[in-house]
Amino acid sequence: MTTTFTLNGKQVSVDADGNSPLLWVIRDTLDLKGTKFGCGKAACGACTIHVDGKAVRSCSYAVKFAAGKEVTTIEGLSTEENMHPVQQAWMEEIVPQCGYCQPGFMMATAAMLKEIPNPTDEDIDNNIVNVCRCATYYRMRKAIHRAAELQNATTK
Amino acid sequence: MKHLLTSLFILAFMGVCVAFTEVSPFGESNRSSEANLDEAPFDIMMKVLTHKRCVNCHPSGNRPRQGEDSHIHNFNVQRGADDHGLAGLQCSTCHQSENNDFSGVPGAPHWGLAPVEMAWAGKTRVEIATQMMDPARNGGKNLDEIVKHLTEDELVGWAWNPGIDHEGKPREPVPVAKDEFTAAVKAWAAAGAVIPEQ
Repeated sequence: MTTTFTLNGKQVSVDADGNSPLLWVIRDTLDLKGTKFGCGKAACGACTIHVDGKAVRSCSYAVKFAAGKEVTTIEGLSTEENMHPVQQAWMEEIVPQCGYCQPGFMMATAAMLKEIPNPTDEDIDNNIVNVCRCATYYRMRKAIHRAAELQNATTK
Repeated sequence: MKHLLTSLFILAFMGVCVAFTEVSPFGESNRSSEANLDEAPFDIMMKVLTHKRCVNCHPSGNRPRQGEDSHIHNFNVQRGADDHGLAGLQCSTCHQSENNDFSGVPGAPHWGLAPVEMAWAGKTRVEIATQMMDPARNGGKNLDEIVKHLTEDELVGWAWNPGIDHEGKPREPVPVAKDEFTAAVKAWAAAGAVIPEQ
Protein backbone atom coordinates (compact mmCIF):
# COMPACT_ATOMS: atom_id res chain seq x y z
CA MET A 1 0.00 0.00 0.00
CA THR A 2 1.13 3.55 -0.63
CA THR A 3 1.36 5.81 2.38
CA THR A 4 1.95 9.52 2.05
CA PHE A 5 3.14 11.71 4.89
CA THR A 6 5.44 14.63 5.58
CA LEU A 7 8.93 13.70 6.66
CA ASN A 8 11.11 16.47 8.01
CA GLY A 9 9.11 19.06 6.10
CA LYS A 10 8.95 17.23 2.78
CA GLN A 11 6.11 15.11 1.49
CA VAL A 12 7.06 11.51 0.87
CA SER A 13 5.15 8.50 -0.43
CA VAL A 14 6.25 4.99 0.34
CA ASP A 15 5.05 1.67 -0.99
CA ALA A 16 5.15 -0.73 1.94
CA ASP A 17 2.99 -3.11 3.89
CA GLY A 18 0.82 -0.87 6.02
CA ASN A 19 1.81 -2.78 9.13
CA SER A 20 5.54 -2.25 8.59
CA PRO A 21 7.08 -0.45 11.53
CA LEU A 22 7.66 3.17 10.61
CA LEU A 23 11.21 2.77 11.94
CA TRP A 24 12.16 0.43 9.11
CA VAL A 25 10.46 2.55 6.49
CA ILE A 26 12.45 5.55 7.68
CA ARG A 27 15.74 3.69 7.85
CA ASP A 28 15.54 1.27 4.92
CA THR A 29 13.14 2.84 2.45
CA LEU A 30 13.82 6.51 3.08
CA ASP A 31 17.47 5.94 4.03
CA LEU A 32 17.57 8.12 7.13
CA LYS A 33 19.79 6.27 9.57
CA GLY A 34 19.64 8.62 12.55
CA THR A 35 16.69 6.83 14.12
CA LYS A 36 17.97 3.69 15.81
CA PHE A 37 16.64 0.21 16.40
CA GLY A 38 17.11 -0.80 20.01
CA CYS A 39 14.70 -3.35 21.41
CA GLY A 40 11.89 -3.49 18.86
CA LYS A 41 9.37 -3.59 21.70
CA ALA A 42 8.79 0.09 22.43
CA ALA A 43 10.75 -0.31 25.63
CA CYS A 44 14.11 1.42 25.16
CA GLY A 45 13.18 4.52 23.20
CA ALA A 46 16.12 4.48 20.77
CA CYS A 47 13.64 4.73 17.89
CA THR A 48 11.77 7.78 19.24
CA ILE A 49 10.58 10.23 16.60
CA HIS A 50 7.84 12.85 16.49
CA VAL A 51 4.46 12.33 14.86
CA ASP A 52 2.51 15.56 14.75
CA GLY A 53 4.90 16.88 17.37
CA LYS A 54 4.42 14.08 19.87
CA ALA A 55 7.02 11.50 20.85
CA VAL A 56 6.35 8.10 19.31
CA ARG A 57 8.29 4.84 19.46
CA SER A 58 8.62 4.14 15.76
CA CYS A 59 9.42 0.43 16.14
CA SER A 60 5.88 -0.04 17.38
CA TYR A 61 4.15 2.36 15.01
CA ALA A 62 2.71 0.93 11.81
CA VAL A 63 3.48 3.08 8.80
CA LYS A 64 -0.21 3.19 7.87
CA PHE A 65 -0.84 5.37 10.91
CA ALA A 66 1.54 8.01 9.54
CA ALA A 67 -0.70 8.78 6.56
CA GLY A 68 -1.23 12.52 6.31
CA LYS A 69 0.84 13.28 9.39
CA GLU A 70 3.96 15.30 10.10
CA VAL A 71 6.85 12.99 10.95
CA THR A 72 10.10 14.39 12.31
CA THR A 73 13.30 12.46 12.86
CA ILE A 74 16.56 13.54 14.43
CA GLU A 75 17.67 14.68 10.97
CA GLY A 76 14.80 17.14 10.86
CA LEU A 77 15.05 18.48 14.38
CA SER A 78 17.28 21.41 13.44
CA THR A 79 16.82 23.92 10.68
CA GLU A 80 19.52 24.73 8.18
CA GLU A 81 20.24 27.93 10.08
CA ASN A 82 19.93 26.80 13.68
CA MET A 83 20.55 23.75 15.76
CA HIS A 84 17.69 22.77 17.98
CA PRO A 85 18.29 23.83 21.61
CA VAL A 86 18.42 20.16 22.57
CA GLN A 87 21.19 19.47 20.07
CA GLN A 88 23.12 22.53 21.20
CA ALA A 89 22.79 21.57 24.85
CA TRP A 90 23.85 18.00 24.11
CA MET A 91 27.04 19.32 22.54
CA GLU A 92 27.72 21.78 25.36
CA GLU A 93 27.36 19.10 28.01
CA ILE A 94 29.23 16.49 25.93
CA VAL A 95 26.47 14.01 26.66
CA PRO A 96 27.04 11.00 24.38
CA GLN A 97 29.38 8.17 25.14
CA CYS A 98 28.78 5.53 22.47
CA GLY A 99 25.94 7.70 21.17
CA TYR A 100 23.66 4.98 19.88
CA CYS A 101 20.63 5.82 21.99
CA GLN A 102 21.08 9.58 21.93
CA PRO A 103 18.84 10.44 18.94
CA GLY A 104 15.94 8.83 20.76
CA PHE A 105 16.71 10.70 23.96
CA MET A 106 16.99 13.99 22.10
CA MET A 107 13.68 13.49 20.32
CA ALA A 108 11.98 12.53 23.57
CA THR A 109 13.48 15.61 25.24
CA ALA A 110 12.44 17.94 22.45
CA ALA A 111 8.87 16.62 22.66
CA MET A 112 8.81 17.06 26.42
CA LEU A 113 10.15 20.62 26.29
CA LYS A 114 7.26 21.64 24.03
CA GLU A 115 4.86 20.67 26.77
CA ILE A 116 7.01 21.33 29.83
CA PRO A 117 9.30 24.28 29.04
CA ASN A 118 10.90 24.31 32.50
CA PRO A 119 11.11 20.71 33.63
CA THR A 120 12.08 19.81 37.15
CA ASP A 121 14.25 16.81 37.90
CA GLU A 122 11.04 14.96 38.71
CA ASP A 123 9.55 15.91 35.34
CA ILE A 124 12.67 14.58 33.65
CA ASP A 125 12.53 11.34 35.62
CA ASN A 126 8.86 10.83 34.80
CA ASN A 127 8.87 11.81 31.14
CA ILE A 128 12.25 10.72 29.81
CA VAL A 129 12.30 6.99 30.38
CA ASN A 130 14.53 5.89 27.51
CA VAL A 131 17.40 3.53 28.21
CA CYS A 132 21.11 4.32 27.88
CA ARG A 133 23.51 1.43 28.44
CA CYS A 134 26.40 3.86 28.85
CA ALA A 135 24.42 5.42 31.69
CA THR A 136 24.83 8.99 30.52
CA TYR A 137 21.76 9.96 32.51
CA TYR A 138 23.61 12.42 34.72
CA ARG A 139 24.94 14.39 31.77
CA MET A 140 21.59 14.17 30.02
CA ARG A 141 19.84 15.67 33.02
CA LYS A 142 22.19 18.64 32.89
CA ALA A 143 21.72 18.93 29.14
CA ILE A 144 17.95 18.85 29.43
CA HIS A 145 18.00 21.73 31.90
CA ARG A 146 20.40 23.57 29.60
CA ALA A 147 18.20 22.92 26.59
CA ALA A 148 15.27 24.40 28.48
CA GLU A 149 17.31 27.54 29.16
CA LEU A 150 18.30 27.82 25.51
CA GLN A 151 14.77 27.22 24.31
CA ASN A 152 13.29 29.75 26.68
CA ALA A 153 15.94 32.32 25.70
CA THR A 154 15.07 31.97 22.03
CA THR A 155 11.33 32.13 22.56
CA LYS A 156 11.36 35.27 24.73
CA MET B 1 -16.70 -55.34 30.19
CA LYS B 2 -17.54 -54.28 26.64
CA HIS B 3 -20.00 -51.71 27.95
CA LEU B 4 -17.41 -50.43 30.41
CA LEU B 5 -14.81 -49.96 27.64
CA THR B 6 -17.38 -48.25 25.44
CA SER B 7 -18.32 -45.91 28.25
CA LEU B 8 -14.68 -45.11 28.97
CA PHE B 9 -14.08 -44.37 25.29
CA ILE B 10 -17.06 -42.03 25.13
CA LEU B 11 -15.96 -40.23 28.29
CA ALA B 12 -12.42 -39.88 26.96
CA PHE B 13 -13.74 -38.53 23.65
CA MET B 14 -15.92 -36.01 25.47
CA GLY B 15 -12.94 -34.91 27.51
CA VAL B 16 -10.91 -34.26 24.37
CA CYS B 17 -13.80 -32.32 22.89
CA VAL B 18 -14.07 -30.16 26.01
CA ALA B 19 -10.34 -29.54 25.99
CA PHE B 20 -10.49 -28.33 22.39
CA THR B 21 -13.60 -26.22 22.72
CA GLU B 22 -12.73 -24.28 25.88
CA VAL B 23 -9.57 -22.57 24.73
CA SER B 24 -8.07 -22.29 21.25
CA PRO B 25 -4.30 -22.53 20.70
CA PHE B 26 -4.29 -18.73 20.57
CA GLY B 27 -5.85 -18.40 23.98
CA GLU B 28 -9.11 -17.05 22.59
CA SER B 29 -12.24 -18.12 24.30
CA ASN B 30 -13.90 -20.56 21.94
CA ARG B 31 -17.11 -21.16 23.78
CA SER B 32 -20.44 -21.56 22.12
CA SER B 33 -21.78 -18.50 20.36
CA GLU B 34 -25.13 -19.27 21.90
CA ALA B 35 -25.73 -17.06 24.88
CA ASN B 36 -25.40 -19.25 27.93
CA LEU B 37 -27.23 -17.58 30.75
CA ASP B 38 -27.42 -20.56 33.04
CA GLU B 39 -25.57 -18.35 35.48
CA ALA B 40 -27.01 -15.12 36.78
CA PRO B 41 -26.34 -12.32 34.27
CA PHE B 42 -24.67 -10.30 37.01
CA ASP B 43 -22.24 -13.13 37.71
CA ILE B 44 -21.37 -13.48 34.04
CA MET B 45 -20.90 -9.73 33.64
CA MET B 46 -18.67 -9.44 36.68
CA LYS B 47 -16.39 -12.27 35.53
CA VAL B 48 -15.36 -9.88 32.78
CA LEU B 49 -15.30 -6.64 34.75
CA THR B 50 -13.07 -8.10 37.45
CA HIS B 51 -10.61 -9.64 34.97
CA LYS B 52 -7.09 -8.23 34.70
CA ARG B 53 -7.70 -7.21 31.07
CA CYS B 54 -10.12 -4.64 32.47
CA VAL B 55 -8.74 -3.93 35.95
CA ASN B 56 -5.15 -3.27 34.81
CA CYS B 57 -6.34 0.02 33.35
CA HIS B 58 -8.87 0.74 36.10
CA PRO B 59 -6.15 1.14 38.76
CA SER B 60 -6.82 2.48 42.20
CA GLY B 61 -3.98 4.98 41.94
CA ASN B 62 -2.14 6.81 39.22
CA ARG B 63 -0.07 3.92 37.95
CA PRO B 64 -1.52 1.48 35.42
CA ARG B 65 -0.86 -2.21 35.75
CA GLN B 66 0.14 -4.62 33.02
CA GLY B 67 0.66 -8.26 32.29
CA GLU B 68 -0.90 -11.45 33.49
CA ASP B 69 0.42 -10.74 36.98
CA SER B 70 -0.85 -7.15 36.97
CA HIS B 71 2.50 -5.70 37.86
CA ILE B 72 2.93 -1.93 37.91
CA HIS B 73 3.41 -0.71 34.34
CA ASN B 74 7.07 -0.55 33.39
CA PHE B 75 8.85 2.69 32.57
CA ASN B 76 7.31 4.67 35.41
CA VAL B 77 4.19 5.20 33.33
CA GLN B 78 1.67 7.43 35.06
CA ARG B 79 -1.90 8.59 34.65
CA GLY B 80 -1.30 12.25 33.79
CA ALA B 81 -3.84 15.04 33.84
CA ASP B 82 -6.13 13.58 31.18
CA ASP B 83 -5.75 9.86 31.98
CA HIS B 84 -3.63 9.43 28.85
CA GLY B 85 -0.17 9.75 30.33
CA LEU B 86 2.20 12.57 31.16
CA ALA B 87 2.84 15.47 28.79
CA GLY B 88 6.03 13.98 27.41
CA LEU B 89 5.19 10.30 27.88
CA GLN B 90 1.68 9.70 26.72
CA CYS B 91 -0.01 6.36 26.22
CA SER B 92 0.16 7.04 22.48
CA THR B 93 3.96 7.19 22.64
CA CYS B 94 3.78 3.39 22.52
CA HIS B 95 0.11 2.36 22.18
CA GLN B 96 -1.77 2.93 18.95
CA SER B 97 -5.32 2.14 17.89
CA GLU B 98 -4.70 -1.56 17.35
CA ASN B 99 -2.43 -4.29 18.68
CA ASN B 100 1.09 -4.34 17.25
CA ASP B 101 2.14 -7.92 16.72
CA PHE B 102 5.72 -6.95 15.85
CA SER B 103 6.48 -5.33 19.18
CA GLY B 104 3.82 -6.98 21.32
CA VAL B 105 2.49 -3.59 22.37
CA PRO B 106 -1.27 -3.74 22.81
CA GLY B 107 -3.51 -1.12 21.26
CA ALA B 108 -7.11 -0.07 20.76
CA PRO B 109 -8.92 3.18 20.05
CA HIS B 110 -8.63 5.84 22.80
CA TRP B 111 -6.16 3.70 24.76
CA GLY B 112 -5.80 5.14 28.23
CA LEU B 113 -6.72 4.79 31.86
CA ALA B 114 -10.21 4.91 33.26
CA PRO B 115 -10.60 8.08 35.32
CA VAL B 116 -9.56 7.64 38.93
CA GLU B 117 -13.17 7.85 40.14
CA MET B 118 -13.73 4.68 38.12
CA ALA B 119 -10.98 2.77 39.94
CA TRP B 120 -11.83 -0.92 40.25
CA ALA B 121 -8.60 -2.44 41.51
CA GLY B 122 -8.94 -3.90 44.98
CA LYS B 123 -12.72 -3.59 45.06
CA THR B 124 -15.36 -6.27 45.31
CA ARG B 125 -17.67 -6.89 42.41
CA VAL B 126 -20.54 -5.34 44.35
CA GLU B 127 -18.45 -2.23 44.98
CA ILE B 128 -17.51 -2.08 41.31
CA ALA B 129 -21.11 -2.46 40.15
CA THR B 130 -22.37 0.10 42.65
CA GLN B 131 -19.72 2.53 41.49
CA MET B 132 -20.52 1.81 37.84
CA MET B 133 -24.15 2.75 38.43
CA ASP B 134 -23.31 5.97 40.26
CA PRO B 135 -23.41 8.91 37.78
CA ALA B 136 -20.91 10.75 39.99
CA ARG B 137 -18.42 7.96 39.42
CA ASN B 138 -19.32 6.68 35.95
CA GLY B 139 -18.87 9.81 33.86
CA GLY B 140 -22.52 10.80 34.17
CA LYS B 141 -23.81 7.79 32.27
CA ASN B 142 -27.34 6.46 32.51
CA LEU B 143 -28.10 2.76 32.30
CA ASP B 144 -28.47 2.74 28.50
CA GLU B 145 -25.13 4.47 28.14
CA ILE B 146 -23.48 2.01 30.51
CA VAL B 147 -24.83 -0.91 28.50
CA LYS B 148 -23.63 0.71 25.29
CA HIS B 149 -20.18 1.32 26.78
CA LEU B 150 -19.84 -2.23 28.05
CA THR B 151 -21.06 -3.89 24.90
CA GLU B 152 -19.93 -1.59 22.08
CA ASP B 153 -16.90 0.44 23.15
CA GLU B 154 -13.85 -0.54 21.11
CA LEU B 155 -11.44 -0.27 24.02
CA VAL B 156 -13.67 -2.53 26.12
CA GLY B 157 -13.82 -4.87 23.14
CA TRP B 158 -10.03 -5.18 23.21
CA ALA B 159 -10.47 -7.50 26.19
CA TRP B 160 -11.59 -10.19 23.72
CA ASN B 161 -8.74 -9.47 21.34
CA PRO B 162 -5.79 -8.67 23.60
CA GLY B 163 -3.06 -9.68 21.15
CA ILE B 164 0.35 -11.02 22.01
CA ASP B 165 2.88 -9.82 24.54
CA HIS B 166 6.52 -8.83 24.05
CA GLU B 167 7.53 -12.50 24.00
CA GLY B 168 4.92 -13.35 21.39
CA LYS B 169 2.72 -15.14 23.89
CA PRO B 170 -1.03 -14.59 23.60
CA ARG B 171 -2.50 -12.49 26.37
CA GLU B 172 -5.31 -14.13 28.28
CA PRO B 173 -8.68 -12.83 27.08
CA VAL B 174 -11.56 -12.27 29.45
CA PRO B 175 -13.15 -15.58 30.45
CA VAL B 176 -16.59 -15.09 28.88
CA ALA B 177 -17.41 -15.08 25.17
CA LYS B 178 -18.31 -11.65 23.81
CA ASP B 179 -21.84 -12.52 22.79
CA GLU B 180 -22.48 -14.19 26.12
CA PHE B 181 -21.22 -11.11 27.93
CA THR B 182 -23.35 -8.82 25.79
CA ALA B 183 -26.43 -10.93 26.42
CA ALA B 184 -25.73 -10.97 30.15
CA VAL B 185 -25.25 -7.21 30.37
CA LYS B 186 -28.48 -6.57 28.49
CA ALA B 187 -30.39 -9.12 30.54
CA TRP B 188 -29.07 -7.65 33.77
CA ALA B 189 -30.03 -4.14 32.68
CA ALA B 190 -33.46 -5.23 31.44
CA ALA B 191 -34.17 -6.85 34.80
CA GLY B 192 -33.53 -3.58 36.59
CA ALA B 193 -29.75 -3.66 36.99
CA VAL B 194 -30.08 -5.17 40.41
CA ILE B 195 -26.83 -5.43 42.36
CA PRO B 196 -26.80 -8.34 44.80
CA GLU B 197 -25.75 -7.76 48.37
CA GLN B 198 -22.55 -9.71 47.85
